[in-house]
This record gives sequence, structure tokens and C-alpha cells, in this order.
Amino acid sequence: MSLAHRIIPCLDTDGERVVKGVNFVGLRDAGDPVALAARYNAEGADELVVLDIAASRDRRPTFLETIRRVAAQLAIPLTAGGGIRTLEDGRAVVRAGADKVTVNTAAVERAELISELSREFGAQAVVLAIDAKRSGDHWDVMVRGGRESASRDAIEWARMGVAAGAGEILLTSVDRDGTQSGFDVTLTAAISGAVTVPVIASGGAKSPAHFVEVFREGAADAALAASIFHDEVQSIHALKQFLASSGVEVRLPC
Amino acid sequence: MKITILDYGAGNVPSVERALQRLGVESHRTSSPECISKAEALLLPGVGHYAALVRALDEKHLRAPLIDAIHRGVPFLGICLGLQVLFKLSEEASELRGLNLLPEIVSALPPGVKLPHMGWNQIEKKRESSLLSGIDAGAYFYFAHSYAALDSNDTAATCSHGAEFAAVIEQRNIFAVQFHPEKSGDSGARILQNFLRLAA
Repeated sequence: MSLAHRIIPCLDTDGERVVKGVNFVGLRDAGDPVALAARYNAEGADELVVLDIAASRDRRPTFLETIRRVAAQLAIPLTAGGGIRTLEDGRAVVRAGADKVTVNTAAVERAELISELSREFGAQAVVLAIDAKRSGDHWDVMVRGGRESASRDAIEWARMGVAAGAGEILLTSVDRDGTQSGFDVTLTAAISGAVTVPVIASGGAKSPAHFVEVFREGAADAALAASIFHDEVQSIHALKQFLASSGVEVRLPC
Repeated sequence: MKITILDYGAGNVPSVERALQRLGVESHRTSSPECISKAEALLLPGVGHYAALVRALDEKHLRAPLIDAIHRGVPFLGICLGLQVLFKLSEEASELRGLNLLPEIVSALPPGVKLPHMGWNQIEKKRESSLLSGIDAGAYFYFAHSYAALDSNDTAATCSHGAEFAAVIEQRNIFAVQFHPEKSGDSGARILQNFLRLAA
């Protein structure tokens, strides 16, 4: 009897539609968020993440409406974010039906944002998203959709974020994102070992073996992927069966 | 029968409403003492900081009507913080008083494991429980908390994360779960359905 490793599909949206593309280039439509949410809920996903990757101010009401419609489909937790800059942005996302809020660039610029959200909603509702990129002997924190270096060490930032009140880390390897060459196990293990909160690994997933690797060697508590689920390259149910047969503890839906 | 949801501003009220809707049950949220006094069945969701819940109960003058209703035998279901507040106090805000319907205290989960305890975990039945009727051994529920009742005498089922703690509490008309049934898929829906049946 122990905590199951979580499988989390991620919907990157332009506010309204699910989109996909490598490094934000060549975005193309990947479906209706509401239909995908319903499918993943039924297939045994453990949580769902919805991100507004466009994160433009004028599209925000559209994104909040998307959260509301997605939340209505779910009997599992929902995390939402993308462009969260203020406590008020976080409130709007929670009011729309999200259980957790992710913060990224704005938290790098002002770590107090993490504390403000944590005080209001509890640490379990605040997910610090870190986009990390290998730079020599360490990993750099990247901001603005992974495009700019914040000149900050990812491990240090993870520790600071947890001290500020983050209850979970969503760790994306910028090097692996979109490559389908497997999670960055070394990065994940380094961050997971450095903090006391759960770590969600993201970036590079393709095969079920990648998931086994990141749970076993990367010490990830959860693993996130997008296109392999959207494109039905990998069904969540089959993935979980593979994990269970490999001795990884997962919640197998009936 | 109508379920009255105590709305003190917790984030999970809409999820609980949706979960009840899916079961075809009417619910209404309230933060008025009068409505609590008239309730046929009470549900107290909660998530976040213990102090926020206790302060809201006192500021909105809900403590007395809630305790009275529970003493009168009105079926009560507490979720997450709604379980923790039943106890005398919590280490998360030890200067505040809980509802003191259960005599033990709520403690921090011990270090050495990832905290918050977040995700899907299994529970172990300790005695016969109407709330757990039809729940298979090995069923998973969604947890998100760092504090827990480590030594309650009214525990119907426990969960373990660093230490064993009360996952399900059942004592006469008092039912409470540390996990979030509204976020726990089919198993969670079954718990809510059981409560509705018990409350009817």
C-alpha cells in the first residue's frame, strides 16, 4: 500500500483549442479540450493539466471558459496555468474549477507570487513549473515558454520555490521536450532528490519504457505527456498496465 | 433529500457540487447559520489551510449551528479539512480551536516522505463501515494534505504515508474522509453515493 505514480495528460491550449508544436513553432490544432478531457478522465488519467500557452491578456476570458468546461468533465484533479502573473490571475483559475495553479515566468521574476498563492489556497494548490535546460555542468531555468534563460540554477530555484510555498514541481526538460527521446532522467533525479515535494516529470515521453525509467531512476512522483496521448500513440490504460507489469505502482482503473 | 454544502470559501465547493450533480442529487451551498440549522444533511468540503476554515466558521457564526446540527443527529460528511476540523485542534494552527467533536488532535505528517501527501493512495479498512460499502480492497482515492489525524479512535479505514492516519471516520451520524471523493473517480462517487443513502 503506497502512493501510486501518477500519469498526467497535458492539454496545451491557445486558450480555446488544444495545440501542439515543437518549441512553440508550427503550432497546429490537436483537438477540442473538452472532448480530450472526457476521454482521459474515462481512460484512467490520474490528473489533467491545462495550460494556456498563448497566455495573452485578451484571450484570458476564453481560457477561463475552457477551464470551466473541462472541469465539468472531470472526476479527477485539474491543474491549470500559463500566464499566471498575479494572485488575482490565480484566483480566477481556481474559481473556474482548477484544483491547482501552475506558475512559471512570473514566479521567477517575483517569488512572492508563490507565497501569496500558497497562503490563500494552500501549498497543495501551487505547482511551480520549471523549464530546465542543460548548460555545462548544471541546468538553467528558462522562462517565456522556454526561450530565454533566467540565468538561475534549476536545483537552487526548485529549493527556493518550495521554501516559498510551492507544493509540487512540474519539471520540463527543454532539451527533451518534443523530441520523444525519453524523459531527462538525470535532471529529474537531481530535482526530486533536492526537494521534499512531489515532482512531475515532463518532456520527451514516447514509449512506456520511458515512463518506467523516469519513475525508477528519475524518482519522479508523476509523469506528464501530451502529444503521445492526443495522437493515440499511447493509450493511458495500456501504459498503466505496462507500468504495473513492470512493478511500478499505479492506479489501475477497473 | 437535499444536501446542504457549507460554503466557507473553499476551492473545492464547485467540484463537490458537480460530483453530486452527476449522482442526480440536489445540493445548495450556504454560509448562513439559519440554513445550517434547518439542513437535512450537511457536507463540509475543505482544502487549503486549517486556519482559513476555522476562522471562517467563527466569522460567519457557523460553529454553534453546525455543532448543534451534528448533536441532533443530522448526517454530516466532512472532506479533507472538513475531517480535520472535527478534532480538538490541529498542529497547523494550534492557537485555534477545532469543533472538538472528536477528542484527538491533528498532527503534521512526519518528514522523510514527500509532502504534501499528494496523489492516489489505497486505504485499509479497520472495521465495518457503511461509508465504505461496496468499495473494493485496493481501491485508490485522491489525497492532497500535509496534516492528518494519526490516532483517532473513530477510524474506519487508514492510509499510510510516513505514518498511518485516519482516512475514513465514522461515528454515528459523523462521516469524514481525508481524501477527496469529488476527485477520486468512480470510487469517490461510490463514497458520496453511500453517504447520500445513509443520509436519506
